[in-house]
Amino acid sequence: MSGTAAILSIEGLSVRLPAGADRSHALKDVSLSVAADEILCIVGESGSGKSMLANAIMRLLPNEVTIDGGRMIFEASDLGAASEAEMRKHRGADIAMIFQEPMTALNPLRTIGDQIAEVFSVHTDLSRAEITGRVLALLADVRIPDPNAAAKAYPHELSGGQRQRAVIAMALALDPKLLIADEPTTALDVTTQAQILKLIRELQQRRRTAVLFITHDFGVVAEIADRVVVMQQGRIVEQGPAAEVLDHPQAPYTRQLIAAVPPLDAPPARKLSQDHILTISNVSKTYRTGGFLGRRARVTRAVNDVSLTLPRGATLGIVGESGSGKSTLARCLVRLIDPDQGSIMLLGKDFVTMPRGKLREETRHIQMVFQDPFASLNPRHKAVELVAQGPIIHGTPRARAIAEAKELFALVGLDPSAADRFPHEFSGGQRQRIGLARALALKPAVLVADEPVSALDVSVQAQVLELLADLRARLGLSIVFITHDLRVAAQICDLVAVMKDGVIVEQGLAGETFANPQHPYTRALLASVPGGAFARHHATEPA
Amino acid sequence: MRILSLAGRRLAASIPTLILILIGVFLLLQFAPGDTVDAMMAQMGGGDAATARELRHFYGLDVSIPVQLGNYLWHLVRLDLGFSAIYGKPVATVILERLPPTLLLMISALSFAFFFGLVFGVIAARRVNRWPDTLISTLGLIFYATPSFWFGLMAIVVFSIYLQWLPAGGFEDIGAAQSGIWRIFDIARHLLLPALTLGLIFLAIYLRIMRASMLEVLNLDYVRTARAKGLDETGVIIRHVLRNALLPMVTLIGLQAGTMLGGSVVVESVFSLPGLGRLAYESVVQRDLNTLLGLVFVSALLVIAVNFIVDLVYARLDPRITVES
Amino acid sequence: MAAIKRYFRSPAAVAGLILLAIVIAMAISASFLYPRDPLALAGRPLLWPLANPRFPLGTDNSGRDIAAQIFYGARISLLIGGVATAIAILIGILVGAVAGFYGGWIDNVLMRITEAFQTLPNFLLLLVLVAVFGSTLTTVTIAVGVVSWPAPARLTRAEFLSLRNREFVQAGRILGMRDLQLIFSEILPNALPPVIVYASVVMAVAILLESALAFLHLSDPNVASWGNLIGLGRDVLRVQWYVSAIPGIAILITVLAVSLVGQGLNDALNPRLKRR
Repeated sequence: MSGTAAILSIEGLSVRLPAGADRSHALKDVSLSVAADEILCIVGESGSGKSMLANAIMRLLPNEVTIDGGRMIFEASDLGAASEAEMRKHRGADIAMIFQEPMTALNPLRTIGDQIAEVFSVHTDLSRAEITGRVLALLADVRIPDPNAAAKAYPHELSGGQRQRAVIAMALALDPKLLIADEPTTALDVTTQAQILKLIRELQQRRRTAVLFITHDFGVVAEIADRVVVMQQGRIVEQGPAAEVLDHPQAPYTRQLIAAVPPLDAPPARKLSQDHILTISNVSKTYRTGGFLGRRARVTRAVNDVSLTLPRGATLGIVGESGSGKSTLARCLVRLIDPDQGSIMLLGKDFVTMPRGKLREETRHIQMVFQDPFASLNPRHKAVELVAQGPIIHGTPRARAIAEAKELFALVGLDPSAADRFPHEFSGGQRQRIGLARALALKPAVLVADEPVSALDVSVQAQVLELLADLRARLGLSIVFITHDLRVAAQICDLVAVMKDGVIVEQGLAGETFANPQHPYTRALLASVPGGAFARHHATEPA
Repeated sequence: MRILSLAGRRLAASIPTLILILIGVFLLLQFAPGDTVDAMMAQMGGGDAATARELRHFYGLDVSIPVQLGNYLWHLVRLDLGFSAIYGKPVATVILERLPPTLLLMISALSFAFFFGLVFGVIAARRVNRWPDTLISTLGLIFYATPSFWFGLMAIVVFSIYLQWLPAGGFEDIGAAQSGIWRIFDIARHLLLPALTLGLIFLAIYLRIMRASMLEVLNLDYVRTARAKGLDETGVIIRHVLRNALLPMVTLIGLQAGTMLGGSVVVESVFSLPGLGRLAYESVVQRDLNTLLGLVFVSALLVIAVNFIVDLVYARLDPRITVES
Repeated sequence: MAAIKRYFRSPAAVAGLILLAIVIAMAISASFLYPRDPLALAGRPLLWPLANPRFPLGTDNSGRDIAAQIFYGARISLLIGGVATAIAILIGILVGAVAGFYGGWIDNVLMRITEAFQTLPNFLLLLVLVAVFGSTLTTVTIAVGVVSWPAPARLTRAEFLSLRNREFVQAGRILGMRDLQLIFSEILPNALPPVIVYASVVMAVAILLESALAFLHLSDPNVASWGNLIGLGRDVLRVQWYVSAIPGIAILITVLAVSLVGQGLNDALNPRLKRR
C-alpha cells in the first residue's frame, strides 16, 4: 500500500448485457482504483462479473455487451470514450493482459519467440536483431529454463507452467503500467501456482507495475494482494487493504466467502476402526505409447506399486497434482481401468482378478462420484431415473427403486419433487448431489470420490463437503477421496496419502501429516498452499 | 524428416486398403452377367462355343475365381493391368492415354474451387450475418444444390450456343494442329467450362467450411490474446486466423479427392472430354470389365496419392502432428 | 419445444421447409393432376412451354408432357433419396457405433473397410454396382445407399469415441450396465442428433447421384425421373434447351430445400452463439 497516484481509476462503471441474459447488467456502478505499484485483487465467484471488468478495461467486450455508464480513467483519458485505434495503442504497450488457460492463449502454430516478438513489431520500430535480443532477455526474466530453446519451441512443447511464464513475458514485454491478470494460476498445479505467484510479485516489485489480479481463491488473495475488492453479481460488496478485509470482513457475503475456504488445519482426529474394508496391495498400471517398429516406445508408469488400506468408516484422501496418477488409481479401484499387477481386496474378494461377468454384480459394493457435474449425468435421462438406474439393473423392481431414489434425494438435501427434472435444470452443486445419490443408491461399502468438489464454486464446495461429512456419519460410509487441494483434504480426510508420479511418497493420519510432513514433496506441497497464515487459521464461522 | 516419416507411415497403411478395394471389386465383378469374352463375341458379331472356350482359356477366365484373383494381383504388382477387349490394347495403355485430360481437369477445378472458396469464405466470415455473408452463403447453397451435369449443359447453352465464346466440348481443336503456347491456350479454352462445372460444387463446400472454420478460430482464446496485444483486425486475421483456419480445408481436399474423380465421369461425358471418367462410363456400357477394374485401381491410387500430398502439407502447417499421434 | 421455436426463427430454414412441402405436395398430387402414364405419348413433340395451354411446360422429344414428368419425377427423387438415405444411415450407425464403442481390432477392421469405400470414388463404385446388378429402381436405390454409408459411419464413430469416455457412461459401467444397454440407452440418444442432421446431406447427395446416373442412361429408364429427362434433353440442347433446363431446376429446388431444412435443424438443435 502506498500513497502514489492511481494508474487506473474506475468510476461508476456499468456494463449492460443483451436481452435474454440472466440479469440486466454484468457490472453495475463499479468504482475502484489501482495505484502504481500495488497488487489489487478482485475476488468473486462465477457470475460475479470480474472477468467482464477486465474485458471492459481493455475494451474487448463481445459485440452485444456494451458500456452504458461510468468512466475508466487511465493516464488522464477515459478508456470508455477512446477510439478503437487509441485502444490498440494502449493494448500490449501500456495495459497488458494475461488469461487463465495458457495452452489456448497461445497460437499453436507459431513459436513462442515469434509471438512475443509480435508485441514489439506491433508497437515499436526495433530491428529484428534487437527484438530477438529483447525476447531472450524477457524469457530469462521470467525464469524459463533454457530461453533459447523456449523461444524456438511451439506451445505444445512446453509445460503449463512454462507456457504461463511465456505469456507473462509477452505481457511485460513493453513494461506496461497496468497488468491485468485474469485467473492466471487457476488452471495450474498448486506447486506451479506458487511459483507463478512468486514470479508475478517479484516482477511487479522490480518494475513497479500496477497489477489487477482476478481470482476466486482467497488463499491467493492472502498470498499476494495489497488491496482487495470483493464482487458479487456485478457489484462491489467490499473493498479495502488486504489485511483488513481478510481479518475483519465487514460485508456478510465476504464473511461467507472467507468462511467457505477450507482452512489447512485438520479437525481433531477421530477414532478409526481396526477393521480394514479395502486393501490395495502393490497395484501398478503402465502405459506404453508409440513404438512403431520398435522405435522410441514411451513407457509411463501411471500407478507404480501402490499399497494403501482403508479402515471401515474412515476417509482416505489421495492427494496429488495433475499427472500424479491419482485419477488412474481411482479408476483402477472401480475397474474402469484394469491394473497390470497387484490386488484390490474388498469384502474378502479380489477385484483385480475378478472376471467381467462377476464384476458387474460385485461392482455395487464400490461406487464412484465424479468431478465434472455437467458430464457425469446423462442429459437425456430424468434425475430420478439416473438415481434409480443402479438398483434396477441389480434387480430391484422399478417402482420401489424410484421410491427409494426419491428418499435419497431428500437425504442429499434436494427437493424430492424436483426428481422428474432433467440434469440441465439443476445447478452444479445440485448435480453433484444427484451424483452422490446415484452412488449411494446401491448402498456401497466404499465410495470413491474423484475430485467431487473441484469444479464447484467455493461456497457450494463447502456445502457439498458438509453433506459428505454428514452422510459419512449417518451411513457409516468408507470413502476414498481424491483431490489436488490440500485444504479440502484437511477438512474431510482421516488418513491422507500423497502421490507423485505414480508413487505414494507419504501416508499417515491427516493431522500428523499436515503438521509434520516428512517427505520433501509433501513439504513443498504444503508450502505451496497459497495464503500462508491465512490458510491455516481464518474465520470459519460466517457470523 | 518428421513430415516424411509421418506421411510414409500413412502411405504404408493405405496398402491394405488398396488390396481390400481390389479384391472387393474383383469379386463383385464376378457377379456381373456376362464377362469380357461375351462382350468380345458380341463385338465380333457372334461365334460358336468352341471359340468362346478358346478365348476364355487364352484370357485365363476358365480357372477358379481365387486363382483368377491371384493371377490378377500377381500381374498387378508388375503393373500389368490386363488387356482391354474393346479397345484392343493393354488396359494400362488405354488408361495412360486418357490420364492427362482428367488430371488437367481435376487440377484446374480444384484450384478454382480452393482459391475462390477461400476468398469468399474469408469475406463471408469477416462480414458475418451482414449482406455480403448472406449473399455469399446463399450463392454457396445454390451452387451446392446444382447438379453438375445440368450446370454444364446450361453453360454450354449460354456460352457455346448463344454467345459462342467457348467450345461446346472436346479437349482441343483436332483440325488445327497447333503447338506450343497456342496449343496450351486452345486446351485452356476447352477446359474452362468443364473446370468451372466440376469445381462448382466443391467451391460451395470449401466456401462453407472456410467460413465455419474462420468463425470458429475467431472465437478461440489466442485470437483474444492477439487483440490484447494491440493487433488490428487485419493483422489478427492474417497472422493468427488464416493459417489455423486453413487446416480443415487442407484435410477436406484429401477427403474430397474421390468425389472429384467421380464427378469427372459426368463432366467429361457432358463435354466429350477423352479422360478417365468418360472411359469408366464407356467400360460400363460396353461391359469391358478389365478396363473397369484397371480404372478402379488407378482411381484408388490417385486418391491415395492426393491424400499423401495432403498429409505432407498438413504436417508442414501444423507442428503438433507427430508420429505418435 | 425450444428447438422447434428456434427452427422457425430462421427465415432460411422456414423457406426450406416450404419448398420441401411444395415438392412433397407435387409428388402426392401427381396421380390426381396427371392420371395418365407420364411416359405415354401426350401431344406433338418438342412443343415450347406455354405454346399450348394444355402443356404448360411443353413436351419432350417423344411428345410426352414435361409437366407430368416433373410431378411424377418428384416421387422418384423423394423415394430414392429417402430410401437410400435410410439404408446409408442405418448401416452407418451400426458400423460406427460398434467401431466407436469397442475400439481395438474391431475398430481397425471396420475402419479399413470404411476407408476402402471412401478411397474408391463413390460414383465409380456406383457405376460398378450398376454394371453388375443392373439398373432397376430397386437396385439403383440400394446401390446409392450402399455407396453413401461411410460418411455417417465416420460421424457416428466420432461421436461414440468422444462419448464413450464421458463420465456419465463411466458411471453407467460402474453401476453394472451391460454393453448393449450402454450403447443403446446411454450413448446412442446423445450421439444421434448430429447424425440425423447429417441425413439431410446424405439425402441431397443421394438425389444428385441418382439423377447423374439417370442422365447417363444408367438408371431405370421406365420411370419418369428428372435425370432421365435431362439426359433426353441433351439431344435437343441446341434449340429446345428447356427440356433439360426445367427438370434441372426441379432438382436444384429439391436439393436446396433438403439442405436448408438440414441446416435449420442443425442450428435449432445446436444453438451456438452466431454473433461476433
